[in-house]
Amino acid sequence: MKTSVVIVGGGPAGLAAAVSCYDAGVKDILILERDNCLGGILNQCIHNGFGLHTFKEELTGPEYAARYVAMAAEREIPYKLNTMVLNIEPQADGTKLVTAVNTEGLMEITAEAVVLAMGCRERPRGALNIPGFRPAGIYSAGTAQRFVNIDGVMPGKRVVILGSGDIGLIMARRMTLEGAKVLAVAELMPYSGGLKRNIVQCLNDYDIPLKLSTTVTKIHGQKHLTGVTLQKVDERRRPIPGTEEYYDCDTLLLSCGLLPENELSSQAGVQLSPVTSGPVVTSSLETSVPGVFACGNVLHVHDLVDYVSAEASTAGKHAAEYVCNPDHTEARKLRLRTEGGARYTVPVYAEPEKMEPQLKVYFRVGDVYKNAVLTVSALLPDGERKELSRKKKNVMAPGEMEQVFLKKDDLLPLPAGSEIIVKVEGNA
Amino acid sequence: MIKELTCINCPLGCSLRAEVEIVDGNPVVTSVTGNTCPRGEAYAKKELTHPTRIITSTVRVHGGRLAAVPVKTASDIPKEKIFDVMEVLRGIDVNAPVHLGDVVVENVAGTGVAIVATRTVE
Ligand SMILES: Cc1cc2nc3c(=O)[nH]c(=O)nc-3n(C[C@H](O)[C@H](O)[C@H](O)COP(=O)(O)OP(=O)(O)OC[C@H]3O[C@@H](n4cnc5c(N)ncnc54)[C@H](O)[C@@H]3O)c2cc1C
Ligand code: SF4
Repeated sequence: MKTSVVIVGGGPAGLAAAVSCYDAGVKDILILERDNCLGGILNQCIHNGFGLHTFKEELTGPEYAARYVAMAAEREIPYKLNTMVLNIEPQADGTKLVTAVNTEGLMEITAEAVVLAMGCRERPRGALNIPGFRPAGIYSAGTAQRFVNIDGVMPGKRVVILGSGDIGLIMARRMTLEGAKVLAVAELMPYSGGLKRNIVQCLNDYDIPLKLSTTVTKIHGQKHLTGVTLQKVDERRRPIPGTEEYYDCDTLLLSCGLLPENELSSQAGVQLSPVTSGPVVTSSLETSVPGVFACGNVLHVHDLVDYVSAEASTAGKHAAEYVCNPDHTEARKLRLRTEGGARYTVPVYAEPEKMEPQLKVYFRVGDVYKNAVLTVSALLPDGERKELSRKKKNVMAPGEMEQVFLKKDDLLPLPAGSEIIVKVEGNA
Repeated sequence: MIKELTCINCPLGCSLRAEVEIVDGNPVVTSVTGNTCPRGEAYAKKELTHPTRIITSTVRVHGGRLAAVPVKTASDIPKEKIFDVMEVLRGIDVNAPVHLGDVVVENVAGTGVAIVATRTVE
């Protein structure tokens, strides 16, 4: 089988990429989705808070997904469900051989361009780095979310949550509404990993305590969980003796963050960033393998699906351009680097000639910064620095993705070999 | 009196400072700062006088491809009514098919607000 563009994953990223690729004139598209429906993780995110930026109204996850499913349906973009992509192999002629499997068997598709939109998965239990039994009653927050919201089954009645990522916070509220008692949310770090709004509306609204600098140090129960011990930790995250507190509970949810799902990408030879675990991309969202693009949570973990959709539209458009323009000579690339509190940027390379008039650069900080100053400057090959922009922010926190804009007009005149420095300074 | 709060209307989560005066025994918000957009001001006024929330949950479905259909209150309801609404939702079930936007319960728990389905379950 042959097609112009294969999109791996039918979540919000895959759908938005397909729609924009189609609208940019490349209509020969195939979406491959391993689940039994389109929409991705949004189907289990039944809470509201999606789409304020894209649709100017506040939608729930399934409603947001339905809008993009409808847009893809209007364009009659083909998709295959229950179909898992196993391998992507760049060929000598520049095409990519995509191998997938479903109930009909194995299929091979030759594509000119591929958009990676596989999303992310929860960090494995490794976070729970304690000896002893693993009784029943311990779930990742996302698994519990699926049980409650899709299958209509409650995993337990007395709950402790380890990790204050957004899914954990959302599940604290969800299980409380369903009649469970959420005793505490424990967070190893001295700050929450989730959005402030979720602390307010998921914990404070229901008087659920958030215990910072605290972790689970003991699991009680052999066959089924009967309780956990929480303990405070010091600055070096070592448990402080004498601070043990016992909680009688039948359920422990782990909400220790998300990791982009990139086995396929690395098999395909795509270079990954050690910081985001996602592909290293250019301003066209093209990976190190020409004609392979990435967007959404597989690229870096987003808290806002609106940003996922915007990013995926860019990827879809550039995939279409790649297909339409057979001249694949490489564009000039300027590397983006971080300094101070900024941990990473997406993209890692800006292509001044190819980019839009404004390029949105996403980044996260590694710690909480107060009275932060965010500067972007160009570091010229002769060592001279030219400030391009400067912005003040009251607070910046690792839980919240930040963005800054680069102007094409600022980058075009920069000589080859220049670098763009994104820097955050402030009181940590 | 100055009250500090976090706007929950969007993920920016602006830190708001509101000045509250008590007029005839009722709180009245006289000024709001720190909001990035007008929704923040409206939120502070509501939150400090009569707080409301949108509630999302699920309702059991019979004969559908899924066991439960996600639902929400069509608009925000008074915060103190949250558990009354949940009680009503636990007591009902619906038959497939249910379509996105279908009204599942009218005037839930006397709030005057409907419960609508947020996904199609066939
Ligand atoms: C639990 C949770 C709560 C969230 N809450 C909010 C919120 O309140 N507001 C907000 O704006 N955002 C929220 N987000 C973020 C937002 O939902 C995500 O950023 C967004 O769904 C990511 O979209 P995606 O398409 O990149 O990934 P996904 O939605 O994960 O989609 C990826 C798809 O790829 C498929 N796939 C993966 N590998 C393969 C393969 N090998 N072959 C075929 N298919 C494959 C998967 O089955 C999946 O359907 C939340 C995210 C999570 C996880
Ligand atoms: S004030 Fe506006 S921008 Fe700020 S959190 Fe509220 S809705 Fe968002």
